[in-house]
Amino acid sequence: MNLPPAPPPLPPEASPVRPAPRAALRRPAPRQPDHHRQMRARLGFATFGFAMLFGAVAVTLADRTVINPASSAIAQPRPLPRAEPPVTRAEIVDRNNEVLAVTVRGRALYARPAHIQDPEAVAALLHPILPHLDRERLVARLSPPYVFAYIDRFITPRQEEAINALGIVGLNFETAERRTYPRGRDAAHVLGLVDVDNQGLFGAERWFDERLRVDRNALRLSLDIRVQRELRETLAHTIERFSGIGGVAMVMDVNTGEMLGMASLPDFSGADPAGSPPGNRFHRAVEGVYEPGSTMKLLTAAMALELGTVQMHSGFDASRPIRFGRHSISDFRGKNRWLALPEIIAYSSNIASAHMAMTVGTARHREFLSRFGIARHQRLSIELPESAAILLPGERDWRDIHTMTIGFGHGVSITPLHVINAAATLANGGLFRTPTILAQPDGAQREGTRVISERTSHQMRRLMRIAVTEGSARGANAPGYFVGGKTGTALKPNANGRGYSTDRRVSAFVGVFPMHAPRYAVYLMVDEPRPRADTGPFATAGVVAAPAAGRVIQRVAPILGLVPETERLAEIEQSLHVPLQPARPRAPATAPMAAPRQPAARPAPAIAPTLPEVAPIRRTGLPQGAIQTAEGRHAAP
Amino acid sequence: MSLVRVDHSTVGRWWASLDRWTLAALLALVGIGYVMMLSASPAVAERIGASSRHMFLTRQVVYSLIAVIVMVGVSMLPVKWVLRAAMLGAMGALVLTAATLVIGTEIKGARRWLSFPGGSLQPSEFLKPCLAVAVAWLLAEGRREGRFPGLLIAIGLIGGVAWLMKQQPDIGMLAVIVAVFLAQVFVSGINLMWVVAGAGAVAGMAVLAFTLHGHVRSRIQRFLNPESGDNFQIRMSLEAFGNGGMFGRGPGEGRVKDVLPDAHADFVFPVAAEEFGLITCLLILGLFAFIVLRGLWRLMDERDVFVSLAATGLLVQFGLQAFINMGSSLHLIPTKGMTLPFVSYGGSSVVALALGMGFLLALTRRRPARGEEANPFTAGLRAPFPT
Repeated sequence: MNLPPAPPPLPPEASPVRPAPRAALRRPAPRQPDHHRQMRARLGFATFGFAMLFGAVAVTLADRTVINPASSAIAQPRPLPRAEPPVTRAEIVDRNNEVLAVTVRGRALYARPAHIQDPEAVAALLHPILPHLDRERLVARLSPPYVFAYIDRFITPRQEEAINALGIVGLNFETAERRTYPRGRDAAHVLGLVDVDNQGLFGAERWFDERLRVDRNALRLSLDIRVQRELRETLAHTIERFSGIGGVAMVMDVNTGEMLGMASLPDFSGADPAGSPPGNRFHRAVEGVYEPGSTMKLLTAAMALELGTVQMHSGFDASRPIRFGRHSISDFRGKNRWLALPEIIAYSSNIASAHMAMTVGTARHREFLSRFGIARHQRLSIELPESAAILLPGERDWRDIHTMTIGFGHGVSITPLHVINAAATLANGGLFRTPTILAQPDGAQREGTRVISERTSHQMRRLMRIAVTEGSARGANAPGYFVGGKTGTALKPNANGRGYSTDRRVSAFVGVFPMHAPRYAVYLMVDEPRPRADTGPFATAGVVAAPAAGRVIQRVAPILGLVPETERLAEIEQSLHVPLQPARPRAPATAPMAAPRQPAARPAPAIAPTLPEVAPIRRTGLPQGAIQTAEGRHAAP
Repeated sequence: MSLVRVDHSTVGRWWASLDRWTLAALLALVGIGYVMMLSASPAVAERIGASSRHMFLTRQVVYSLIAVIVMVGVSMLPVKWVLRAAMLGAMGALVLTAATLVIGTEIKGARRWLSFPGGSLQPSEFLKPCLAVAVAWLLAEGRREGRFPGLLIAIGLIGGVAWLMKQQPDIGMLAVIVAVFLAQVFVSGINLMWVVAGAGAVAGMAVLAFTLHGHVRSRIQRFLNPESGDNFQIRMSLEAFGNGGMFGRGPGEGRVKDVLPDAHADFVFPVAAEEFGLITCLLILGLFAFIVLRGLWRLMDERDVFVSLAATGLLVQFGLQAFINMGSSLHLIPTKGMTLPFVSYGGSSVVALALGMGFLLALTRRRPARGEEANPFTAGLRAPFPT
């Protein structure tokens, strides 16, 4: 220990005698300049030290609050368990900016059961305000071990006020968002749904989920809700009329690939998804795969024309069924004679179509179909996650019989979207474009892939037109709109996968209008229509789908800005005209079948022009009217 | 002010001689404490299920009033009475602190409180200021009269108190008492060699505490390596500072007070930061710095060794407590539960601090130099405010 050094020298006038110790205890200390200076210095040091400490606090304070503030991410265990912050989701609008899906703000009610004394009593108070909640479940959610529980994810302001007025501790509100679909059931399948957390579940909501959450600008679809509405109404009416189980109706812009309307029935209401059976979410237009039936004959004809194995005036003998192993191909209400190409399309001859497909051969047949997106396991690209893969024989399994049956639309299952897109491609000059549900900028030209020549496309327009003017699709004719198209009726495969049903069919019409300057493609299909007493014994496409499609065109065309052409009627009709049996420029006598004109640049496939051993052209007197298979009869108009 | 200069009444002389700036700063802290109780304590009261949301607030208002009365009353005492009161207080508090080991109430694993009808008391809080004054006297006497072993007695006294603190255990209080003692010894002019030795001893004690006390070790480790354990409080605290930013979220808008267990006591500073922001926190810090730095600075002119050492001890205790509280909540130093003087909730703490600050105000009052009789004429002619 450090005691002070010897007492400082006393002042000269002071007594040299040391003062008594007791006195020293009481009296003030004598001045000790050195000691005072030392204490002074040490006090200064202490002051400096405290200045440093407080300075450090000040600097740290500035650092923690302003310069380098702790983000809330550091404190991950949040003070209160909260839901994900509500995400504002962009609107979805149609091509005319009509709102189809919109997010509205509201309030969510949640409970913190730790603060709730008597869950039973609270539930008793809440139940009259929120009568839709199950009482027992409510009590459970108000009780531990729940730390946090949503009671209702979306309540009205009136309910909020009422609950607030109860003054129950432990019940709280937070901002919530809910997706609503102001157009109800219209376009429900295209739009899809979101889940309770506003995440896209299916449809466009799913496909564009990220886009809708990141970009707050409205998503503009190519749909025209007015067209959509007409499609849905007409389709619903037709299904009801023929007691069908469902159907599809679509309108597409043939020059851009934009879908203007896509209706699938049965459907659901976006406002009340739980109100419809889950099966209603099945989107028949893109998710359903069906045998296309006779609509496929358009592709067969286009293929044969494009590859030059057939000319407009060529034809095939359809007087007797084709027998091929166990199978037999015949016509429904056939003419039993040689048929020219326009007749094959107009009368929808299975036999002649099978012959026509065989002139091309299996390899080129497969290749040609793939140009239209009809290839094994392929999906047709569209902005909908449901788009289904098609069913088609594999390359190694694909035999002549497949080419023959696929030639008239059986043994292949494709989506209705494939069918309408193929028809649009055939009519638009031969450019294949992937269909889209996104609105394209006005005047923008979407790039397409040329799959058939302009010339073939032009010929196909005439063939499609003659099927409506002279053939099975008469019902689709809408005066002044120059509708062209093709019907297709296919029996559905049996549920057990063996053979075909005898009475469950799919009746469809695919067409394009106006045929002289194609603008829109139309597709209408009824699943499992039943015959009606006033429309004859068969619920074929000509009876079911074609008239409905004609009605759709008559109602939709004005919406799209088209008026019936009346002045140049005859002139246009003439330009589209092709005789049922066109004259041959230089008729190769009685040759019923056109040999391949020119192998062209394309190397001739090995099996291409050769005919199967089955003689397809012989006239026989066998009964017609059906395809015979081991399993049963197939109608195929 | 009409009271000054020629008013020779007791109150008038008190007012004239008082360090009014320090009193003003202390009262400002009490006022801030009231505002913070308004903000922080209802949330805590609600969380612990108190009978009333305003339980803490009501009590704090009463404590604050008592504190102001104690502070002002004590500040009127002459130096001699300050010493006597402190000596008596130190003895009484020592006995009561020793009693806590026998009849104390155990709260959160420590026996620091004495329960009596109507409340509870933490005698060690009162021991702190009284001990500082008593030690100052011992050191001053030892300094003046070579044969009086003041330092040795003081070391013995502090050692005994330290043992009591360790038994409770109350390591924070122990650290403050030892630090105050060391500061007093340092200022008293001890040989620098002893200063170094003392620093070594403190380091040794720190190591001892680290090894002997599990919770001390875990706190240090958590400070050095925040990922190693549960540092919920400090994360919440830092988040509060971050939320507050420059101007705060606004009164009552704080969130951390809902989750921090000691939002009204040890963690009142982050609550203030979250609601009122950096500016207000700097103001609070500035008040503490003003009181401590100004007090120490003024002591440099003090000729009376006892007054100088006693005031040093009281100021160091006050400043250190504020520093430890703010530093802990800012993660500048390891977490150590300590109240923020006058701002935090706490009955014993506030009244004991008021006692200490009352001592300080009494000791630093202007008075005639020792040996001179007070001259009624010159005494009344001093400047109204300390220069």
